[in-house]
Amino acid sequence: MTAMQKLLQLPVNAVNIVKTVQSQVQGQEEDKSPVLSPDSGQQTWYNALQPDELRHLRSGGSGGGGGGGGGGGDQDERAALEEGGGGGGSFQTQPLRHDDLKEMLDSNKDSLKLEAMKRIVAMIARGKNASDLFPAVVKNVACKNIEVKKLVYVYLVRYAEEQQDLALLSISTFQRGLKDPNQLIRASALRVLSSIRVTIIVPIMMLAIKEAASDMSPYVRKTAAHAIPKLYSLDPEQKDQLIEVIEKLLADKTTLVAGSVVMAFEEVCPERIDLIHKNYRKLCNLLIDVEEWGQVVIINMLTRYARTQFLNPNINESLLEEGSGGDKTFYGSDEDEDEDDDEKEKEKKAEAAAMAKRKPYVMDPDHRLLLRNTKPLLQSRNAAVVMAVAQLYFHLAPKAEVGVIAKALVRLLRSHSEVQFVVLQNVATMTIKRRGMFEPYLKSFYIRSTDPTQIKVLKLEVLTNLANETNISTILREFQTYIKSMDKDFVAATIQAIGRCATNIGEVRDTCLNGLVQLLSNRDELVVAESVVVIKKLLQMQPEKHSDIIKHMAKLTDNIQVPMARASILWLIGEYCEHVPKIAPDVLRKMAKSFTNEEDIVKLQIINLAAKLYLTNSKQTKLLTQYVLNLAKYDQNYDIRDRARFIRQLIVPTEKSGALSKYAKKLFLALKPAPVLESPFKDRDHFQLGSLSHLLNAKAGGYQELPDWPEAAPDPSVRNVEVPEWTKCSSREKRKEKKVEKPFYSDSEGESGPTESADSESDSATASDSRSGSEESGSGSESESEEDSESEEEEEEKKSKKKELKKPVQESESEQSSEEEDRKPEKKSKQQKSDSESESDEDEESESESSPSESEDSESEAEVKKKKKVAESKPPSKPVKKEKKEMSLLDLDDFEPAPSPQVTPVNTLLSNSLVTDLEGLSLSDSVLSPATIAPSSALKNYELLHRITGEGLTVEYCFSRQPFSPDANMVAVQLQFTNNSSSDTKSLHMEDVKLQSGMRVKEFPEIELLPAGETASAVMGIDFCDSTQAANFQLCTHTKKFFVSIQPPVGELMRTVFLTENEFKKEQGQLMGMNEITEKLTLDARCRNEHAIVQRVTAAANLSRVPCGSDKECSPPVRPPDHPVHRFAGRTVTSSSLVLVTVATREEGAAQLTVNCEKMVIGTMLVKDILLALTQ
Amino acid sequence: MCCLLIVIIIINEGINKGFIVAAEMINSLFLISHTGDIFLEKHWKSVISRSVCDYFFEAKEKAGDLENVPPILQTPHHYLISVYRGKLFFLSVVQTEVPPLFVVEFLHRVADTFQDYFGECSETVIKDNVVIVYELLEEMLDNGFPLATESNVLMEMIRPPTILRSVVNTLTGGSNVGEKLPTGQLSIIPWRRAGVKYTNNEAYFDVIEEIDAIVDKSGTTVFAEIQGVVEACVKLSGMPDLTLSFMNPRLLDDVSFHPCVRFKRWEADRVLSFIPPDGNFRLMSYHVSSQNLVAIPVYVKQNISFLETGSCGRLEITIGPKQTMGKTVEALMVTIHMPKSVLSVNLTATQGSYTYDLTTKALIWTIGKLNPQKLPNLRGSLSMQSGVPKPEENPSINLDLKIQQLAISGLKVSRLDMYGEKYKPFKGVKYLTKAGKFQVRT
Repeated sequence: MTAMQKLLQLPVNAVNIVKTVQSQVQGQEEDKSPVLSPDSGQQTWYNALQPDELRHLRSGGSGGGGGGGGGGGDQDERAALEEGGGGGGSFQTQPLRHDDLKEMLDSNKDSLKLEAMKRIVAMIARGKNASDLFPAVVKNVACKNIEVKKLVYVYLVRYAEEQQDLALLSISTFQRGLKDPNQLIRASALRVLSSIRVTIIVPIMMLAIKEAASDMSPYVRKTAAHAIPKLYSLDPEQKDQLIEVIEKLLADKTTLVAGSVVMAFEEVCPERIDLIHKNYRKLCNLLIDVEEWGQVVIINMLTRYARTQFLNPNINESLLEEGSGGDKTFYGSDEDEDEDDDEKEKEKKAEAAAMAKRKPYVMDPDHRLLLRNTKPLLQSRNAAVVMAVAQLYFHLAPKAEVGVIAKALVRLLRSHSEVQFVVLQNVATMTIKRRGMFEPYLKSFYIRSTDPTQIKVLKLEVLTNLANETNISTILREFQTYIKSMDKDFVAATIQAIGRCATNIGEVRDTCLNGLVQLLSNRDELVVAESVVVIKKLLQMQPEKHSDIIKHMAKLTDNIQVPMARASILWLIGEYCEHVPKIAPDVLRKMAKSFTNEEDIVKLQIINLAAKLYLTNSKQTKLLTQYVLNLAKYDQNYDIRDRARFIRQLIVPTEKSGALSKYAKKLFLALKPAPVLESPFKDRDHFQLGSLSHLLNAKAGGYQELPDWPEAAPDPSVRNVEVPEWTKCSSREKRKEKKVEKPFYSDSEGESGPTESADSESDSATASDSRSGSEESGSGSESESEEDSESEEEEEEKKSKKKELKKPVQESESEQSSEEEDRKPEKKSKQQKSDSESESDEDEESESESSPSESEDSESEAEVKKKKKVAESKPPSKPVKKEKKEMSLLDLDDFEPAPSPQVTPVNTLLSNSLVTDLEGLSLSDSVLSPATIAPSSALKNYELLHRITGEGLTVEYCFSRQPFSPDANMVAVQLQFTNNSSSDTKSLHMEDVKLQSGMRVKEFPEIELLPAGETASAVMGIDFCDSTQAANFQLCTHTKKFFVSIQPPVGELMRTVFLTENEFKKEQGQLMGMNEITEKLTLDARCRNEHAIVQRVTAAANLSRVPCGSDKECSPPVRPPDHPVHRFAGRTVTSSSLVLVTVATREEGAAQLTVNCEKMVIGTMLVKDILLALTQ
Repeated sequence: MCCLLIVIIIINEGINKGFIVAAEMINSLFLISHTGDIFLEKHWKSVISRSVCDYFFEAKEKAGDLENVPPILQTPHHYLISVYRGKLFFLSVVQTEVPPLFVVEFLHRVADTFQDYFGECSETVIKDNVVIVYELLEEMLDNGFPLATESNVLMEMIRPPTILRSVVNTLTGGSNVGEKLPTGQLSIIPWRRAGVKYTNNEAYFDVIEEIDAIVDKSGTTVFAEIQGVVEACVKLSGMPDLTLSFMNPRLLDDVSFHPCVRFKRWEADRVLSFIPPDGNFRLMSYHVSSQNLVAIPVYVKQNISFLETGSCGRLEITIGPKQTMGKTVEALMVTIHMPKSVLSVNLTATQGSYTYDLTTKALIWTIGKLNPQKLPNLRGSLSMQSGVPKPEENPSINLDLKIQQLAISGLKVSRLDMYGEKYKPFKGVKYLTKAGKFQVRT
């Protein structure tokens, strides 16, 4: 409403006065249309509504019961009358009608209230003013009836802004709602509260948003995210506080929240790109499970992000192209179009060339992650999502990969015409830059006579852009059919398109020209005129050859009336008068005759023609020219008068005429460059594709520029996610959140996205990348990382160490854990840290060869203080790390379920004692202080199903290390089900097992009933085929299904065997060479005694200790040597291959680890696991 | 005093408003009938006067044809993005940068939702259900950003009207708002409502293929492709997990899925694995790879000529079967948009009947079944406006046809498996081939 009204709206009755006056005014306005045109829309509307309202009233009457039929009937009639005359909207009837609405609202019958509200909402819907009912409506905000309540909310949100003081009455209701135990009610209260645009409640809103942002329910958090932009637009002063909330919500890990918070981010603080760093990978990984609309927003934001953070993937390519000039001729037609770009690229080249030459471009793995995770969304049914991905690829992908989007975009052409319209605009821009991409789909852009004109013209544009030497003949044949179309605008566009094809492709220029000349005899004047204009442009390219065409056109002046065409012909004749020396003066004669009747542009060209002829052929045309100039001198248009005066001075030599007249000939008959017929879509791609600004070719409000690629990549380590490990273990809350987001597609997710993102390509990429990185950013990055908090560094260091340990696994395994992806850049940063440049190279070599030396390296470089800290922080971090290694279900390390050492399965003790007995260890040792070292000694529990995801059902599993009796080739997995919900769970069973080939599963027996609060356990067997592939299956209850997956650590793929030392040595002798893997290591400070070593090894792998002479407990009389050798043996479960592990200790905690195993993959992985166990 | 304070606040607010770029995607929505009557307006933020629509009306006037109204218009302060569906314009007002497709797609989704709720999306039906429409719009968009757009979720919150319920509502004053709180929004499967129960559990899949083709004068195919959709009607209790597999999935070149389909399964095994929404939905749409030759089921022999003299023309069309895979071609229909100068037609059809609409100049010949023994033929004369030069171009012929029990690409569903529920559902697959944009140039 108007500002004046706001000013006036203080006291309630004052408002009402204004309102009534206004409504009167409105009424009068409305009045007009029915009066003027009795069957206008307004009128029909009332007719349509009338019976409806009657019905409501009647029902209200009968529902009211006691109110009596008579009264109801009365009301009926009155309402009907009012409605009938309502179109008149006279001053008296309006308040009257509202009175009965008020009456209904005041009644204590819900049904009456409902009817009243329905009528009010109907009034709002058709744009009627219902604001004077505000007091009556707002009273019902606390109404018990849900529908009444909802409609009251609708009303409130619509009018609160105009009735601020009254709206405040309703606030307390919502504040109460915010505390409701039901999440849906909390959410809806927040939604309405934040929609009320009343400045006074800003603090209340702020508080509510903050509270909701840390609500348990992701749905409430989502609503909080939605509320942020509302509050921001109400009071921009709150920006800083809101950014804090956004930051917090950005860290949220549920798909439900992701889209909404990014939307809030885009609207409140799009410039704070730094907030995205830490959440970048998470957003990439969640993307596929976010709802469609959120996907669009996230993808658009990530496009911008990527432009600021990564290097141009095409930089080398463009350099190459520039280097080899030969290429250019091939793309000859492109040349002029790309001119600007070439220049830009040249500049870039100058700066980047030196750098680029030294190192080949390698894509940042995060950049790759984004491209990979968005690609499946090209298959979305939502056109907006497809377009968003398409623009992302267009702006971010290497040239070779952009092609994938073409197919999806072509698919969208089957959609609604509005979608086609937008898509074609974008395709038109894309075809200018990347023509090859759409060439295979040329025929999909063929035009049907039934297409709307705007679509036809756009398709034509695309076809023209796609034309090249090879397909031009097909395209021209298509164009021929188009020219005959009945849609003349379209024909004109086709002629222009032909002209553009002719200028771009030299081979067909003559053909096109001839075709166009034939069109000159077309019956339709528009067609002819358009042809003339285009021919003029074409002729300008090679006039000498086509004097006959010029002659032909000269004749047309008699017939063609379209000014533009006439002007074009005259210009042509003037320009090339020496080619048609006979005709030109004659044309001028004719034109001189009709001069006064011509349009202005034609007149100007006549003057032009006269001047040119005077200069070339003054003998014949002198008088004519004088005549024309005289006519022009007295023309009504000052432009023409000016031109005539100016030309006369220039060409007619007089004594006064200045120095310029000498040059008149040069001025007029200078060689004019041929015009470039270019696409209107040229250079549109500096707007982000798919945006409104791109479509309008003008910057729309709130448009965020797509930044240029940076010259050098910013520090990629900013995206590394630090895992606050200690808090993670302890905080239940966090873990809960983590599990919630476990995507619905978990079975597929396991294999998807980031999991596979650590491909070998990017592996090698990081290696070289980091090298260059450390070179480039020498001291700068060093100081930067120094400033970081030390704990961060430690973690990074640790992680990178671990990562290096794991690296070979990645290569050997088909599925790779996602944290590796995460860690890579960390490794990079670590290397940047390693201050001396010369060292960094060595660093890398050693890293690929042997990890222990690598870790030594880094440690020696690190400060002493740091080392100490590392040591201190180790114990708590250890279990988490192990978890990570074994559970790579999901992509980010913080996604993984934390271990829960408290809950140990029933048979832990038993099995432990068994194992330890075999090992000849004392029982007390292995169960020693489980709180501190439990994770490494007791059986580890892994989470299969979290309480939140499982809707109350928790499932944990552990590898019980018991032989699985039904099938000896299977690994026994013990599942423990806990029903945390309030209702019983029935018929727990598994289904739909998805396995890699060869793997088998023995399902656990169905659990018929799991009462609320109870716990049950079951054992299942999985034959992993001696691989660490995950077993995916569905866990079903009587109502739900959950996708879960079990992935074994390599150490669980074996069972213990008992060997004597001699047997061990004998077997070992047969497993030499390729089957033996040896690693040197430094034992962890607390792992130097025999007991700790044994314990750690057996925890890492299901192996049994080989009793030997060196073992003091086995042979007490012999003094143990200073450097004992520990041996362990086992067999793989499926193939029964022997696994022999030897740990030979040396001085100062140095040790050598040897693993002999026929299965080399198992061996390599085992080495890594044990190494990890012993060094940390 | 108090009043004074408020005045200041309000003034401040007014000033502020002027400077902030309003932060919403879709500000307002107007529903406009094809005659230009604004019959519903909804604002998600501050009210925008309906006078903005004047710009739209201006453009509509200029475009002439309703289909030619530009979907995106720029006005001094707003951007208008509209879609045209069911003789209605859905016009949204946007103030800031927003991906246009985002809005277009959303508006179509609104229209789809109306369709789901009321069976059709027309002016009358919206006017009849104005309160439900308003409630729907309220739920679908929050502050201009889409909130709940799955009709399964919406139906949990706002019940669609049925005849029975509207009778009951009239008697008892009952409501059409769901009593239960909607949980669909909270679930990780937002497209399926919880607690679905049916006595007859059925799942039907329609494989519908459309042939898009341009055939030139001489009968050679300029361009042909097959676009298909799998429409599903799933009425299954509980949380069924379905797997639909094809005999020959390699035929499918480009696919797009309903969000319920697990993309990774498709990538890996070429099967459609999904937990279906309840009711009708489009499971997937696909494009058959262009390497496969497209079978054109019928041929058209035509001869349309306009005589230079004597203001009349001749028309003769014969349609015959070409590659029908042994099936009967049904519902054959020919539409020709005649040049403006054709005043009337005088034709005889050996089969079916024809109509000629004088205002739109559309000649429609409804044939029905194609009998290979006796080919349908339409011939006769056209009378032209005298004194007007003969049309340059012959009008092109648009064909419509249906072939039951055939997917022209040869796509076949091999099996449908259900997991997660115990009962045995009834399963059915139907094939249908239709002419899409099938045009014969003359």
